[in-house]
Amino acid sequence: MTNMTKPATDRTSATMENNAPEAGRTSERHVPSLAPEFRRDAPKGATTAAGDLNQETPCFQINALNLRYGSNHALSDVSMMIPHQRITAFIGPSGCGKSSLLRCLNRMNDLIDIAQISGEILLDGQDIYSKKVDVPELRRRVGMVFQKPNPFPKSIYENVAYGLRIQGVRRKSVIDEAVERSLRKAALWDEVKDRLKAPAMELSGGQQQRLVIARAIAIEPEVILLDEPCSALDPIATAKVEELMMELKENYTLVIVTHNMQQAARVGDYCAFMYMGELIEYDTAEVMFQTPGKKQTEDYITGRFG
Amino acid sequence: MLKNWYKSGAPYIWLNAGAIAICMIMVTGLIGLIAVRGLSHFWPAAVIETTYTVPGEEPIRLLGTVRRSETVPASVVREAGFEVPEDQLIVTRHLLQLGNRDITSRDFAWYIGENMGEWTYPENALVLERMTWGNFYGFLQAILEDGEAVAEGEEAWRELYERVERAVDLRQQVMQIERYDIGGIAYQQEQVRLAQRRLALRGEDTPEAIAELEEQHAALQAQFEEIDLHRNELRRQMDRDAVRAETAGGRVVTINMSDIVRAARPNVMSLGDKIGHYIDSFQEFVFDYPREANTEGGIFPAIFGTVLMVIVMSIIVTPVGVLAAIYLREYARQGPFTRLIRICVNNLAGVPSIVFGVFGLGFFVYFLGGAIDDQFFQAAQPTPTFGRPGLFWASLTLALLTLPVVIVATEEGLSRIPKSVREGSLALGATKSETIWRTIVPMAAPAMMTGLILAVARAAGEVAPLMLVGVVKLAPNLPMDGNFPYLHLDRSFMHLGFHIYDVGFQSPNVEAARPLVYATALTLVLIIIVLNLTAIAIRNRLREKFKSDSD
Ligand SMILES: Nc1ncnc2c1ncn2[C@@H]1O[C@H](COP(=O)(O)OP(=O)(O)O)[C@@H](O)[C@H]1O
Ligand SMILES: [Mg+2]
Repeated sequence: MTNMTKPATDRTSATMENNAPEAGRTSERHVPSLAPEFRRDAPKGATTAAGDLNQETPCFQINALNLRYGSNHALSDVSMMIPHQRITAFIGPSGCGKSSLLRCLNRMNDLIDIAQISGEILLDGQDIYSKKVDVPELRRRVGMVFQKPNPFPKSIYENVAYGLRIQGVRRKSVIDEAVERSLRKAALWDEVKDRLKAPAMELSGGQQQRLVIARAIAIEPEVILLDEPCSALDPIATAKVEELMMELKENYTLVIVTHNMQQAARVGDYCAFMYMGELIEYDTAEVMFQTPGKKQTEDYITGRFG
Repeated sequence: MLKNWYKSGAPYIWLNAGAIAICMIMVTGLIGLIAVRGLSHFWPAAVIETTYTVPGEEPIRLLGTVRRSETVPASVVREAGFEVPEDQLIVTRHLLQLGNRDITSRDFAWYIGENMGEWTYPENALVLERMTWGNFYGFLQAILEDGEAVAEGEEAWRELYERVERAVDLRQQVMQIERYDIGGIAYQQEQVRLAQRRLALRGEDTPEAIAELEEQHAALQAQFEEIDLHRNELRRQMDRDAVRAETAGGRVVTINMSDIVRAARPNVMSLGDKIGHYIDSFQEFVFDYPREANTEGGIFPAIFGTVLMVIVMSIIVTPVGVLAAIYLREYARQGPFTRLIRICVNNLAGVPSIVFGVFGLGFFVYFLGGAIDDQFFQAAQPTPTFGRPGLFWASLTLALLTLPVVIVATEEGLSRIPKSVREGSLALGATKSETIWRTIVPMAAPAMMTGLILAVARAAGEVAPLMLVGVVKLAPNLPMDGNFPYLHLDRSFMHLGFHIYDVGFQSPNVEAARPLVYATALTLVLIIIVLNLTAIAIRNRLREKFKSDSD
């Protein structure tokens, strides 16, 4: 346990820095990215041992969240804590509000005119829906990967560099380095290193999805939200993305929506079962898949659902 | 059997293919017709000599080229005033270009085939294109230098070509001087006058300032006189040679070399000579200024004016249309108000173009132009500067006319960009405007180019509104020249579309103008094609660059 909490507190100190002005932040950001090299073996055993939710450092704290699309009550009274540097998986039948919940976490729902939200979501103790929050800045801290790969119609290089360019980074050496680092982390570097200038649209679906992940981690977010990242991929590509997620959780908090029970069991530290916009049960993946507390959860997991 | 054929979908394929075939036939037919009619004009056609005998009258000798031949019912010919025997039902008649408008006053005339004698092709038939009075047809007798015959017979032909070339060269020099040097001095003198006037208006016309300006004026005047001297010398040299020739009617005339544009001996010329002659005439047509109330010479100012106007229009309409579309699609809250705006924009596209012309004249030219003149060009008044039709107002009017096309096409392009791309950009921490300018606009650029292509095609072919806001039959100066500020957007200009109308319908000499109408029409079509191909090439490059799933 002590082994495990150490990087988490490390991370918290880093994120506190993150709230400081730009300059301080970018310099700080490169530290964790270099760190894995010598951190790799130490916390491995530790991170698998996700135990008690109450002992985790909170990343997101969601309190009494309600979401309405017009008259459609998509989320009702959801309260939960999403821990730092863990993989939290959302499962549940289609239309139960998993994506909606995920999109609340980086305020993607702001784009939908009819979406009305109440309740609060705290990220590192700060309300992300408060008026003072700079939404683009929030989205830089909370990255997102969508169900269908959505690379920009630009080159592979430019796709990964996009977020940095938005932040005003001009130095080619800095961008080059970030592109390589992100592509390596996304396990795509070896496949594309000779054709970085090729259009991203020419990549296969699995490669595109890894590219999109590389694009998300290029700006060094704290959290990555993944909405059914493997639903459009074949089993090999899925395995690669899963492996990637396992590696990413050493540095990032991951929240993933999935329809694949095995996937949730394999990669998830914690698992939340949702049904009809309500959070039914939330516990470690082990408990959820072996001794679920609620009948609904058990039915869904065992496939005896509806 | 038939039912199966029907079910197989084959009839639809045939229907679609048929529609395409009809389109192709119409397009190639149209372009083919104007190409053949227009381009054949520059070919040195054979010159025929024949006798023409109207029964009961003295035979006359004719020399000219056959422009057209047709077979018509005798009644048509009788109505036209020809005598045709009662029993004859159909008549063949020929349209001959006889030239010599200064001598016979009939350079084109119809002749009944039956009344013609045998056609011969005399070797020493001479065709001269002249600066005035159109073509001359006759038989070459001698070349004169300072009034003395220096060459006759075959020798005369050799001398003719050489001396025509010399005279043409000299005339080119004179024209250069007149257009650029003397034109430039006149322009600068006008600027000096305006400067003087400005000083007077501001009450700063101190004797010293006036004296300085007058000095400038005098210097320019001296410069002018020097150039004028040089020009007169060139003119004198040009007048040295002359051609003596006999017309078909037997009159011997002397034509000054300075009056000759091009000489030809069509019945003897080899194919190579003819091709050379053709290229020469064609170049003159494209690169020269018009002569003789636009019925002769070139159409360069009209080409220049058309292209420049389209370019200025594109520069105005593209940013305005694109920004308007981006606002409408990306920023404005969609609702009844945006719907109303869209309806207005679409209706704007349906307004007849002449209405835009009226609006342009009333609002742009008189109101805006008048206001600009009052503010900035007081010195030139009462002569208007921007308060009269000109290139800028014409471009602005056409920009207004084509604005809906650009807006609609751009909006279309923006709406086709998948939501996932926007979300992808926003999720990386881009603001809305960063997303729009870095991702959405580049992706919609091909659609914007499509809008521009349509706008250019529409603008280049528009004539009606232009007559009100800037196009003239004959513009003394190009809207662009060597005098500061080089681009004179206030000037009126010539335009191919209006040129066609003017040459075709306002010309005193319909037959002479006919081939020019076709040639000009062909040029206009070609220019539109070239402009469009350029835009399409740009669009395809953009498409290639921003290829996405949605395309
Ligand atoms: N953009 C939207 N506009 C209106 N309703 C939506 C929108 N997105 C989702 N919903 C509704 O919200 C509910 C939850 O959807 P979603 O979060 O996408 O479910 P899930 O991801 O679990 O399949 C559904 O009833 C869906 O119809
Ligand atoms: Mg979903």
